[in-house]
Amino acid sequence: MVEFTVNGMTMSTILTKKFRNRHRWAKPDDKQISSFIPGTIREVFVKEGDHVQQNDRLLILEAMKMMNVIASPVSCTVARIHVRSGDKVPKGKVMIEIEPD
Amino acid sequence: MALTKHIEELKKKREEVQKGGGEKASEKQVALGKMLARARINALLDDRSFQEYDMFVQHEARDFDMAKKVLHGDGVIIGTGTITGQPVCIFAQDFTVAGGSLGLMHSRKIVKIMEHALKLKVPLIGINDSGGARIQEGVNSLAGYGEIFFRNTISSGVIPQISVILGPCAGGAVYSPALTDFVFVVENISKMFITGPEVIKTVLGEEISMEDLGGARVHSEISGNAHFFASSEIECFDQIKKLISLIPSNNCVKAKKLESKPPCHDCQIENIVPDDPAQPYDVRDVVKAVVDSSDFFEIHEHWARNMVIGFGRMNGVTCGFVCNQPLVLAGVLDVDSSDKAARFIRYCDAFNIPIVTFVDLPGYLPGIDQEHAGVIRHGAKILYAYSEATVPKLTIILRKAYGGGYIAMGSRHLRADFVFAWPTAEIAVMGPEGAANIIFRKEISEAEDPEKMRLQKVQEYKEKFANPYVAASKGYIDSVIEPAETRDILLHALELSMDKTISLPNKKHGVPPF
Repeated sequence: MVEFTVNGMTMSTILTKKFRNRHRWAKPDDKQISSFIPGTIREVFVKEGDHVQQNDRLLILEAMKMMNVIASPVSCTVARIHVRSGDKVPKGKVMIEIEPD
Repeated sequence: MALTKHIEELKKKREEVQKGGGEKASEKQVALGKMLARARINALLDDRSFQEYDMFVQHEARDFDMAKKVLHGDGVIIGTGTITGQPVCIFAQDFTVAGGSLGLMHSRKIVKIMEHALKLKVPLIGINDSGGARIQEGVNSLAGYGEIFFRNTISSGVIPQISVILGPCAGGAVYSPALTDFVFVVENISKMFITGPEVIKTVLGEEISMEDLGGARVHSEISGNAHFFASSEIECFDQIKKLISLIPSNNCVKAKKLESKPPCHDCQIENIVPDDPAQPYDVRDVVKAVVDSSDFFEIHEHWARNMVIGFGRMNGVTCGFVCNQPLVLAGVLDVDSSDKAARFIRYCDAFNIPIVTFVDLPGYLPGIDQEHAGVIRHGAKILYAYSEATVPKLTIILRKAYGGGYIAMGSRHLRADFVFAWPTAEIAVMGPEGAANIIFRKEISEAEDPEKMRLQKVQEYKEKFANPYVAASKGYIDSVIEPAETRDILLHALELSMDKTISLPNKKHGVPPF
């Protein structure tokens, strides 16, 4: 049993597994480009220090038998690259860090 | 003139009410980048078409010194008008009057216009801009919300209901938009949540801004509560006008038919889909290559983008398009994309809008988070929605159609009226890699060079099964067509099936996997 406060009322109750295991929310970092699905890096088109425009190709992430093109969300400078061609990446891995213009 | 005095008096009374919450509150509203409630109605409706009702309604609250307070129109404007000639019922909450808070009379006005809309069978548009329940009116304001939710539900599937969030819409109030068919939000203006940042902070200790919790972007990209995102109120009104022009006024009629117009010349349908099934493309280009004037009106553009849904006209007839999007997440079905497609299919079915499905998907998305999020019951919604729909259902398989995904995406087995496949279609129980590994497990493991054997078997399977002809040989697809024939064949099939009638077993209602 725990003390649980909602709308100014404190109640004694138990928590669900789902509630206890929830992740704390963190503001997404616009400077990080993360994998949205587990897969394999097939090609990296940029190197650190490169300047790219919005929608320029950064890399190809193969997943679900599809060559997914990961494009730059904004025009920016490529700050760091954390993956190489052939790397297997889990979901949510930071692949590239960018410095938006 | 004997009446002059009376008319002058009426004019004065009207002017007084039209001031809303007064100059100061109006200035504040404008400073926030928001339009005033009456200006919104006038911007949305055809010029001079708006007729206001219940202008002189006053609240009856007596507690907490409320008797002294005059709240013009009780904080909401209701009326009727037209949008490009089509009649609509509308209400707009006025934030300048007591923060647009909902009291008993406020809710009665909304209920009145809702009942009007249902009786007259015209679309209902609700502009939400309210601080929530009027606390001074206590349980009366809760009763008001309840009456609204009830009518939202009863009207569902009879008349189109559109919610426009142009300010805060918090707490219980969010359930009215959630029960309606289409929700419109505007950047920096719309805020929707059940519990605000303050409550979250005190209960969970987590800090988040209002925008990050329930702003326009959140609801159009992450939660999926909003169907349309605009960067200004005027852009939002243009979207509503466009939507109204595409949908029928109620469930007894069909959408207005326009003259047929060919798609744009530069939409070369045969050059869109790459031959290599691993290469992505934008399925919206395929839709644009078949719809009149290449004009495709996308819904939920920013949410669950692995599924594309929206309206377009073919031969002047509004059709609902449901398409896998290989460009995003390889076009897989997952929790969100299933919800997105299933609800849209049910909308189309309820309002006599034919459904055209473009299929290209590798299947359901594997993953622990998906399984734990209930992809089984969410995915089932698509099967339910397609099976239950009795409107014309036309399906085109562009490329991959594997496993459960093949069945779910408007297959013959769920009673599509016509199923066509491009020669690039691969209709099979699973992808060649996976299938070969299972079927030929023994041969592969016992071979001298297992990898070579595996590749050979994958190739064998590909040649035998990764094509449309196995399914065609069983009659599961009606015809294998050239991409360039797509529009003509769809127009033909549509014309044939427009008067289709199907009767399902008599029942009160089904029990869909909500």
